[in-house]
Amino acid sequence: MTLAECRQRALAEWAEFTHPNRLRILVGAATCGRAAGALAVLAEFRAQLRQRGLADQVVLAEVGCLGLCYAEPLVEITGGDGRRVLYQRVNPQMAAKLVELHLLAGKPQVKWALAVTGGPALEGVPAFHDLPMIRPQERIILRNCGWIDAGRSSHYLAQGGYEGLARALAMGSEAVIAEVEASGLRGRGGAGFPTGRKWSLVRKSPGKRKYVIANADEGDPGAFMNRSLLESDPHAMLEGLVIAGFAVGAAAGYVYVRAEYPLAVERLKNAVAQMRELGVLGKDILGSGFAFDLEIKMGAGAFVCGEETALIASLEGRRGMPRSRPPFPATAGLLGQPTAINNVETLAAVPVVLRRGAAWYSGHGPEKSRGTKTFSLAGKIARPGLVEVPLGATLRTIIEDIGGGVADGGRFKAVQTGGPSGGCISAEHLDTPVDYEHLAALGSIMGSGGLVVMDDKSCMVDVARYFVNFTRGESCGKCVPCRMGTQHLHLILTGVAEGRGTPESLRQLELIGRTMQQASLCGLGQTAPNPVLTTLRYFEEEYFAHVTQGACPAGVCVELVDFWIDAERCNGCMLCAQACPVEAIAGEKKKPHRIDLALCIRCGSCRTACRTDAVLVRPRAGTRDLNAEGAKAAAAAGAAKESG
Amino acid sequence: MSRQNLIPLLQEVQEKLGYLSPQVILQVSSRLGLSPAEVYGVATFYSQFRFHPPGRHCLKVCQGTACHVRGSGLFLDTLMRKLGIKPGETTADREYSLERVMCLGSCALAPVVVCDEQVHGRVTQRKLDGLLHPSQEAAR
Repeated sequence: MTLAECRQRALAEWAEFTHPNRLRILVGAATCGRAAGALAVLAEFRAQLRQRGLADQVVLAEVGCLGLCYAEPLVEITGGDGRRVLYQRVNPQMAAKLVELHLLAGKPQVKWALAVTGGPALEGVPAFHDLPMIRPQERIILRNCGWIDAGRSSHYLAQGGYEGLARALAMGSEAVIAEVEASGLRGRGGAGFPTGRKWSLVRKSPGKRKYVIANADEGDPGAFMNRSLLESDPHAMLEGLVIAGFAVGAAAGYVYVRAEYPLAVERLKNAVAQMRELGVLGKDILGSGFAFDLEIKMGAGAFVCGEETALIASLEGRRGMPRSRPPFPATAGLLGQPTAINNVETLAAVPVVLRRGAAWYSGHGPEKSRGTKTFSLAGKIARPGLVEVPLGATLRTIIEDIGGGVADGGRFKAVQTGGPSGGCISAEHLDTPVDYEHLAALGSIMGSGGLVVMDDKSCMVDVARYFVNFTRGESCGKCVPCRMGTQHLHLILTGVAEGRGTPESLRQLELIGRTMQQASLCGLGQTAPNPVLTTLRYFEEEYFAHVTQGACPAGVCVELVDFWIDAERCNGCMLCAQACPVEAIAGEKKKPHRIDLALCIRCGSCRTACRTDAVLVRPRAGTRDLNAEGAKAAAAAGAAKESG
Repeated sequence: MSRQNLIPLLQEVQEKLGYLSPQVILQVSSRLGLSPAEVYGVATFYSQFRFHPPGRHCLKVCQGTACHVRGSGLFLDTLMRKLGIKPGETTADREYSLERVMCLGSCALAPVVVCDEQVHGRVTQRKLDGLLHPSQEAAR
């Protein structure tokens, strides 16, 4: 069967799948949906349909992630009237009711509905595209996510899948590179190198055998854009990889994907098998004479393997340690051959650029940063989820309009961009446009797109220590600035968090951080101090509170605080006593509770559990007189400077 | 078989046996014509590989950024206290293994705990108790 015939068949299948007169249930079952219980919901729908003898008449399918993670599990039901209603936070009991009431009796349940996704409007339920978190978004990369069954290639084909590849093959390699260059597409892994230029370098480099690699080693804690895309629409990235292979003249490609993403691995393997059947992979792709094959390789849990030379070492079966560049992988990469390494999201944008043209694509985003970017929004945010906006959108749009602001009525304190390589950005910079240059100017990076929001219960010293502890563990140990730098940053930050810091500690942090930025071998070490340096820059007062008063204003650093219950605010609901992991809280029902400080481990569980804000934090009694010590140390440091 | 197969080979063996024993390291090294030190060196570089047999149940506590700011450190502490083991260790009765993982990519459902490959989101202290074997609860 030719691709055109496959597409005809796929379109017919899609028309059948989306037919308005067909009763249909779609369950969002990517990893985040599953974590919220989507598989139990799916099983309940299946059982209900079987019991009622409806299994043949109702379409029941598993789809990917719509990006509205806060509302998972999500279920879309199409009733007999062709109206499609999206329900949120569905559990098995609700599933049974929905079959009975919406599917069979034709009564949509407004109280559980999130939005109407198609068909006639419904009183009291907004249309999907009018939802406050959807309206500011522009979905190019995520266009199919949550709407198609990721396990079926026909669904991808019906959305124009592999048209970009067909067009690329007809254009010729040079023209493909020119088109991608004209689109203004830049690497979405964070560094922002122009994709077309990278391909052109690989194409021009002499080599017996060239390679393309998709970097799906999404290791930044707090980032899940690639996972979601690979689980919800695996063909999009794979089509981009084949186009990249054609453009640079490669015969083989690899997808290097994290082992922590089992569902993504499964979907990718399934999609690769389908590609062979469709003839978009193999010895003679779509009759063009172009031969290309690809393989899925699983990472083994090393953050540094997101760095391209380390990734290559890992693919070659060695320890994933970076080497100095040049030579860049574009001239000497996998097995010493010219290699193009691109991020998942970059590759997923490529088929769209080819299908709709460079001019269309570059119509999105500002001059130096064309196109859209996906972000994963998490942390203390009201509506966490997966977001895609044109580059140049402000942080405020993403956090307040799309994310709904800080969760549980907290006050916004900072947003962390770019994971362990990025920085914390404070409230006064919320109107910064999100693109490569603006974030770099703030001392952070765009990174792959993780955005973690923090409120006033987050301590910036603790956050800096958290990231440095992460990079300390993940540093490969090859170069001294990174190996020793992360170690000492962590040591000093721990001292500050435990009340042993002095103003001199802060100067040391700054000095070590700057040295690491300049002297480390790879991106991991060069960017590892960013979380420390940015928090020092924007939250200096908080550091000073730690080193001069021995206080943690946010009440996070356990060595510096005591918890106690305000007897006037406590209503004796016992939630705190139940939440306490060490049974340190006692009190009778409806009477004020008390914390036994000898037992208390200062975990903060009670503070989170309390509904009346009765759990308070105060500087821990009996800490050393840090004011005096801090002044003494500062004086000593000052004297040393003068004499030196 | 070429060296490029080393990591996939180790992954497959661990999938079947649960961990990499000294014998496995020796067999893999002779198969690929590498020294055992070389194979061990690669295996210990990657956090995925274990060198001791795992427990019947495996608890993984996510320590990603989103989970951290939502208090996942506390859940790890609780499990350490209740099971009496540190991350990377297994209880004496081989019932539980405890692992800390850096981000499972389910950040919107933070904090996240994985029990035997099943992902549990929006974990609370009470949910955590439910995850532990009933016998563990009785012992308290």
